[in-house]
Amino acid sequence: MSSTIDAGEIEKFQAMAAEWWDPNGKFKPLHMLNPCRLDYITTQIAAEFDRDLKAEQPFDGLRILDIGCGGGLLSEPMARLGATVVGVDAAERNIPVAQAHAEQSRLDIDYRHTSAEDLLQTEEPVFDAVLNMEVVEHVSDPLAYLTACHDLLRPGGIMICSTINRNPKSYLMAIIGAEHVMRWLPKGTHEWSKFITPDELFGLLEKAGMRPEDRMGFVFNPVSWSWRLSERDLSVNYVTASVRPEDATDQGAA
Amino acid sequence: MTTDVLIVGGGLSGPLTALALAETGLRSTVIDAQPRATFDGNFDGRAYAMALGSVRLLRALGLWDELAERAQPMTGIRASDGRAGEGASPLHLSFEAAEIGEPFMGQMIEDRHLRPALLAACEASERIEMRFGTTVTAQHVTARGVEVDAGETLRARLLLGADGRKSGVAERAGISRSGRDYGQTALVCAVEHERPHEGVAHQFFMPAGPLAILPLRGNRSSIVWTEDAATAANLDALSDAAYLDILRPRFGDFLGAIRLAGARHSYPLNLTLANAFVADRVALVGDAAHGIHPIAGQGLNLGVKDVAALADVLGAARARGEDIGAPDVLARYQRWRRFDTSVMGVATDAVNRLFSNDNPLLRLGRDLGMGAISAMPALRRKFIAEAAGITGDLPRLMRA
Repeated sequence: MSSTIDAGEIEKFQAMAAEWWDPNGKFKPLHMLNPCRLDYITTQIAAEFDRDLKAEQPFDGLRILDIGCGGGLLSEPMARLGATVVGVDAAERNIPVAQAHAEQSRLDIDYRHTSAEDLLQTEEPVFDAVLNMEVVEHVSDPLAYLTACHDLLRPGGIMICSTINRNPKSYLMAIIGAEHVMRWLPKGTHEWSKFITPDELFGLLEKAGMRPEDRMGFVFNPVSWSWRLSERDLSVNYVTASVRPEDATDQGAA
Repeated sequence: MTTDVLIVGGGLSGPLTALALAETGLRSTVIDAQPRATFDGNFDGRAYAMALGSVRLLRALGLWDELAERAQPMTGIRASDGRAGEGASPLHLSFEAAEIGEPFMGQMIEDRHLRPALLAACEASERIEMRFGTTVTAQHVTARGVEVDAGETLRARLLLGADGRKSGVAERAGISRSGRDYGQTALVCAVEHERPHEGVAHQFFMPAGPLAILPLRGNRSSIVWTEDAATAANLDALSDAAYLDILRPRFGDFLGAIRLAGARHSYPLNLTLANAFVADRVALVGDAAHGIHPIAGQGLNLGVKDVAALADVLGAARARGEDIGAPDVLARYQRWRRFDTSVMGVATDAVNRLFSNDNPLLRLGRDLGMGAISAMPALRRKFIAEAAGITGDLPRLMRA
């Protein structure tokens, strides 16, 4: 793909990558949330595959799929930790942007313009981990989508899935607050009716064949102006970890 | 060897930073223009008052077992009004580490023990490379990291300035400094005395400035004596005997007869603060970020907090797979340390007008009236914890 892009285009993509990666730019809210997301993702994956995060390349040998990779804010850290990363995004223009930045970071990441469902139709080998962050609230058929994610995992593989809860507070915070007051996100980014409660998500994950294992809230602290993980407060943004059972009999019991 | 971090400065904060980063899994190269220091084991009169929080960092890095038997615990602090010729007045304020359930508030560690221990630990670490006699002539930020010209080109993701109050790293990064000259000088020496100090540190508030007497191993104490620059220059020029004759009436006779042990030193007192702790792919630690005055190691305690906070921030970033030199990662370090430093900067300036000395171990009784503190147990404990350097948002390596 990159071989067919001319130099002027590359410059344009580098400028867009710089925008994606500017902590105070257009994607500031994502940058603010990112350390918290990464803390959860890395500790869950490390625990699942018994890896030591202090080691040189703790995720060496792991294949990780990042769905909705955007500019690569999650794909690059995973690659830096030694994982083999495939980043997919439904927005075609994000792909060369993410590629341009990975090249600057000297990271080898396989970015593709495709979807989870389409990836399943290819000969793509299964993944050890699927990152499914802030995507499920944007898809039209969450169960079909989560089932595709399940099928992309190897038995014993882990999926990290985050989304936004559905209640009056999340409407106030995620739509009125983030889109209208703070203008962190473009208006219309989220549709409140598509938000999913943690129990509903666990239900969907189970139906998709996954075994839900853990859930935590992402809580914004307006005093320190930063996010932290919370075991109790899942009222707005939250994240889950679930595992594809080793064999089909596991899920039959559930 | 590939490295994550280049550290300019092989004194105390540079090697300490390298060790704290190694503990989190990060590799570093320490660069210093000077040849490697050699130590003959003789006492040169220099010692550091390391607060409890700083000692915890040494323990977390595995250095403490070796240093403990050579360090002197400070179990109490006594602040009193002093008059030349009278020694300490009977009115005083005293604090005991036991009041906060700790065995000591800090430890006095001599330079001849601390520096060799730090260098040896760095040299033994497979994550640290030491390059002495190497001068940095230029530094450049590149798309993915930073390059330093030092005979050859060295590359890393982040460049740390641990190169002191005249930091070349800060200057080349375009970080400006603010500061002032206090017009005062700290005279530093060590004495042997007849009677035991019982692990108590003393601060006498003399009209010309504070006199600190800090306990060393055996019947020895480290003296930090502040005078205006002109008086200090005259004192500095005196023979040892004449110097002692002037010190004696200030010191008093509570420890019996005194005589000099080791060399005398003098340090002009000035304040130099970097106007930013970080720049593109650059961060500053220790005196390069905030030079108070180089007496009794109080700058060192602040620097130790920088080191521990930076290790927390970079260690966490590394474990997350973040680029450790990215601007948002460095901003976390600056946010964490800025508060401490600005408070310290304001306090130092205000305090200077009163006492010209901002030793955190010795500043008890200074900001509030001595009598007021003495009567209030909760406040007393807060002051002791502050002196021990265990207040505020503590980095992981400084927690109990």
